[in-house]
Amino acid sequence: MTGFAYHAPTSVAETLALLGDHARAGRRAQVLAGGTDVLVQLRGVDRTPRALVDIKGLAEVNRLHVGADHVFIGAAIPSAHLNENAELARLYPGLMEAADLIGSTQIQGRASVGGNLCNASPAGDTIPALIAVGARCVIATASGTRELPVEAFVTGVGRNALVSGELLLGLSLPRPGAATADAYLRFTPRTEMDIAVAGCGVSVTLDAGGVCTAARVGIGAVAPTALLVEAAAAALVGTRLDEAALNAAGAACSSAASPITDKRGTADYRRKVVGVLCRRAVGIARDRVLAHRA
Amino acid sequence: MDKIQIGTSINGEAVEFLCEPQQSLLEVLRDTLGRTGTKEGCSTGDCGACSVLMDGRLVCACLVLAAEAGGHEITTIEGLATDAGLHPIQQKFLEHAALQCGICTPGLIVATKALLDRHPDPDETTIRYWLAGNLCRCTGYDKIIRAVQDAARSLAHPA
Ligand code: FES
Ligand code: FES
Repeated sequence: MTGFAYHAPTSVAETLALLGDHARAGRRAQVLAGGTDVLVQLRGVDRTPRALVDIKGLAEVNRLHVGADHVFIGAAIPSAHLNENAELARLYPGLMEAADLIGSTQIQGRASVGGNLCNASPAGDTIPALIAVGARCVIATASGTRELPVEAFVTGVGRNALVSGELLLGLSLPRPGAATADAYLRFTPRTEMDIAVAGCGVSVTLDAGGVCTAARVGIGAVAPTALLVEAAAAALVGTRLDEAALNAAGAACSSAASPITDKRGTADYRRKVVGVLCRRAVGIARDRVLAHRA
Repeated sequence: MDKIQIGTSINGEAVEFLCEPQQSLLEVLRDTLGRTGTKEGCSTGDCGACSVLMDGRLVCACLVLAAEAGGHEITTIEGLATDAGLHPIQQKFLEHAALQCGICTPGLIVATKALLDRHPDPDETTIRYWLAGNLCRCTGYDKIIRAVQDAARSLAHPA
């Protein structure tokens, strides 16, 4: 095959069969959700013909389910739909802030969190936010499904852990209780329509006395992939999230970072900024938990 | 290459067209269907000149495949004015001189319609963030913001 093709399968089985057929025949196939990365790549850096497999007709990737223990966010749901959902905004304000930072109103009408993740840009805003809330990728395979934590899904710049013939169905998030809250901050030179110089997502859980009993910290745009920073979480757990704990967590983020220097910022600058973002994001998440109690 | 046959609705009218798999909705609107009100600036989702509504949702027509439009309702700038005259948003853009060359204008007006459909009384910050994906090289944004504010007032209290 030399030309382009467009497929709009209507079931997961049909999608996997299509992807499998193309792989076996040595033909290129690319999954299309919102298209806000795929079509831009197609017009620019990578014009080679391929089959585009539009998954928006699949029920599973459009499914949004808020359960008692878990929340499932279908891989192809446009971020505008997520941002209009009051329950998600209440449960995951940080993740929704991250989704709301990506692109213009027009882009958000199409772009999905699943696509942001699969595209695997080092600066993808939802990735550190997903890591912070402990999201897991639900992947359809030839023999069923498998799950992978988000921090293990992105394997390099523009690369993810999907093997040929697999499809990301969506994200499974533990549903936070009232003692847990998340936050996401990124730094960009302007407030809108920009790409992160550094980003940090955090989630903290506080006991009745205000002591942090669990934390997760994800950083973005400061390494080839977004990272889970366990040392930052360890610096927070067992403290009252006082100044010293925040500084230690920020320092852990700075030392976990291995940024590049580019037009958006130098490596040193990014390393410093990601620590500042961590301190501030932890403060916001803490205040959110306390606000639940007020 | 085999063309794909697509049935869609454009400005309330059933439309069928043939397209190639990689063609954008923007290309088909302009080049196949001759509806050139929707403009092309960048074709990479950055400028908003190609803004259209798809099932009432604001999108860039350059980042939608024509084949993806099948079964959906598309509204373009051509769908705003009626036999009775210009849409109030169009009228206010004229009155406030919120355009110079006009290339960005159809996209801005469609984006404004999407905004006011959802938020009939937006504050200035909301307007500026909502329209951040619509770039204008000539006018400067203040006149555009004034036109949007006045359009919101005129839609809320028709003369
Ligand atoms: S032409 Fe579509 S955003 Fe510029
Ligand atoms: S009037 Fe010329 S680009 Fe806006």
